[in-house]
Amino acid sequence: MADHGHGPPQGIARWLTTTNHKDIGTMYLVFSLVMFLIGGTMALVIRAELFQPGLQLVDPSFFNQLTTVHALVMVFGAVMPATVGLANWMIPLQIGAADMALPRMNLFSFWLLAFAFLLLIATLFMPGGAPAAGWTLYPPLVLQSGKAFPMAIFAIHLMGASSIMGAINVIVTVVNMRTPGMTLLKMPLFSWSWLITAYLLIAVMPVFAGSVTMLLTDYYFHTSFFNAAGGGDPVLFQHLFWFFGHPEVYIMILPAFGIVSEIIPTFSRKPIFGYEAMVYAIASIAFLSFIVWAHHMFTVGMPLAGQLFFTLSTMLIAIPTGVKIFNWTATMWRGSITFEPPMLFALAFLFLFTIGGFSGLMLAIAPADFQYHDTYFVVAHFHYVLVPGAVFGIMAAVYYWLPKWTGHMYDMALAKWHFWLTAVFVNVLFFPQHFLGLAGMPRRIPDYATQFTDWNMISSIGAFGFGLSQLLFVWLIVRCVRGGERATAGVWDYQHGLEWTVPSPAPYHTFEKAPEIR
Amino acid sequence: MSIAKRKTKLPVIAGAIAAAAAQPARADWDLLNMPVGVSELSREIYGMHMIMLWICVIIAVLTFGAMIVAMIRFRKSRGAVSDLKMLHNARLEAAWTVIPTLILIGMAIPSVEKLIKIEDTSGSALTIKVTGYQWQWHYEYLGSGVSFFSRLARTSDLARQKGSGIDPGTVDNYLLDVDHPLVVPTGTKIRILLTANDVIHAWWVPDFGMKRDAIPGFINEMWISVDEDKPGTYRGQCAELCGADHGFMPIVVVAKPKAEFDAWLEQQKAGAAAVALAATE
Repeated sequence: MADHGHGPPQGIARWLTTTNHKDIGTMYLVFSLVMFLIGGTMALVIRAELFQPGLQLVDPSFFNQLTTVHALVMVFGAVMPATVGLANWMIPLQIGAADMALPRMNLFSFWLLAFAFLLLIATLFMPGGAPAAGWTLYPPLVLQSGKAFPMAIFAIHLMGASSIMGAINVIVTVVNMRTPGMTLLKMPLFSWSWLITAYLLIAVMPVFAGSVTMLLTDYYFHTSFFNAAGGGDPVLFQHLFWFFGHPEVYIMILPAFGIVSEIIPTFSRKPIFGYEAMVYAIASIAFLSFIVWAHHMFTVGMPLAGQLFFTLSTMLIAIPTGVKIFNWTATMWRGSITFEPPMLFALAFLFLFTIGGFSGLMLAIAPADFQYHDTYFVVAHFHYVLVPGAVFGIMAAVYYWLPKWTGHMYDMALAKWHFWLTAVFVNVLFFPQHFLGLAGMPRRIPDYATQFTDWNMISSIGAFGFGLSQLLFVWLIVRCVRGGERATAGVWDYQHGLEWTVPSPAPYHTFEKAPEIR
Repeated sequence: MSIAKRKTKLPVIAGAIAAAAAQPARADWDLLNMPVGVSELSREIYGMHMIMLWICVIIAVLTFGAMIVAMIRFRKSRGAVSDLKMLHNARLEAAWTVIPTLILIGMAIPSVEKLIKIEDTSGSALTIKVTGYQWQWHYEYLGSGVSFFSRLARTSDLARQKGSGIDPGTVDNYLLDVDHPLVVPTGTKIRILLTANDVIHAWWVPDFGMKRDAIPGFINEMWISVDEDKPGTYRGQCAELCGADHGFMPIVVVAKPKAEFDAWLEQQKAGAAAVALAATE
């Protein structure tokens, strides 16, 4: 059993100086939850303003700051750190490693991230306010930002550096520290999904860092990368941004694919169907993510050949994604299914992520996209893949591994309440936005024509229901950390993977002797 | 069509989902689906959208159906015992790779054909240059000397101020009305050139089926053509975030029969000439 040779230092010193993958994983997860609540509060202000036509609560420029910062906080502060936290906790446990390969860099990347968000959120309180050009930061509009602009760019640089360090750590760990006998094709799918995600991060974060730096030199040093008057091109930024931005979408969703691939077999009591196909599907999605970026910008006036290429390459993504959905369904087929909270979230993911996939397929078709582009149809689409997609994946992971982390079972009834409220309200919130977009409501507007009132009201009601339901999640986690029924090492009826061979809670040091793989 | 005419307010979500897949809509159902529009292009785009929607609905019924059947038939509470040997099935896996590929090819072919048509601006009878400003539009009828700005109507502008106390419901075409609408002839292929003065904007009238970015320093083009038999007023909005008043720069297009349009243009020319004369004196 695990060695308790030395424990962690006590109090705050533990969290400031720790190099333990479990502690750092916990810090990432708590940070992510805090950011989820902050970003969610911003979304509630947005939805409150949109509850009825006319401007009631905020002025238009602050509204634009909110949509911008909401997106940056949710993408870089909530979803990505949550998956990094899960990687920190679970990859060493899944591959039988004692810790992450680069523990000091691990801690450094966490604190960089924390300070990055301190800076980013502080921009809201600076003269001229936060950047208000949307999270896509398109010039020339973003160059009209106030004094906070360089601080926001610096925050983006810090979070990019943090992500790259996290990614290097995952790759080095997975490549070098697998327990003897665990070949790559015996590795659990969550670890696989993160290995591929890490390569995506290393490939695209520098591109993003470079393009925001070019914004900075356009702003301060009179370069003309994106200024037509000086021989530049504003559309160049969009190409650079989306060369980062599209893989970024998969950086957020691939770990969720990995999580769902862990959970569905557990609660179907049956190994994953088509393991190798699942690995190859993730790899193909990652590869395709590099050659589809311009489908985000069909309306910029690309040459016909460009539009054709990006329509067709984008449609190809449906094939590996379909393979994953079918394999998950086949995993349940002839299984012995029960519906514990992680499985409920994984199943909701399966249905609702697929809806996001369908609208994605529709958006891929350039001629139809000329209508959909920059409307609420797009807002509905990406929230379906991000909220019941990535966020449900993360919540499923929390419910799946929380007993392993804390050593306590959580309140199953409360978790089911949380699930049902979340799953119902997320649809009340986002489904009507498809209608709004099709009927002609542009995105990123603080006020709208009166015919859009009904669906906006319903969507706002859904938003408040969804937001308040998350307080149950916070309360449940706090209670589970504090106490509860003791969890066994295996926790669930059917277990697969090394993480279930260590006691619950997982001791501070695990796998100091490499475990055996049969 | 009989369902389509039924009046509803705040339909329940389930009904709404069904309605989203309903036929070309009228009345309140307009608020659930893309407009069919009033031009050849908009009808083709609408047709494309509906085909894809139905393909997605059919695939959804099949895949969600399989998931639901699995969830019902293979529950542990019904005594289901898992089949631990079901790990691969080469034939099945090949099928669900190849069949989607074929469906995608089926979807791609018509979209390519439509894209080629959309991008072909040749043979236009009239060219209008549209320039986006923060936060208004400028329209110029090339070769005729007629040009003007078009901004949010005063009634909407007053009502949209925070704390104005004016109920937007009482304002005609709230946020979708302008002082000087763009006037175009029906039954004519019109080439629209787009650019911007400050930041990127996007010009979009849903009934014409098209949207394109107006980018400072560059000129984009697109074409529209309003059906001969559908003169009327068509409304849209800027579709690319362009700053604080992005939500307040609508587009209004009045489509008039060819003869009426010609008369209107002559009148504008005379007005423009008078203004020019006054300026030189």
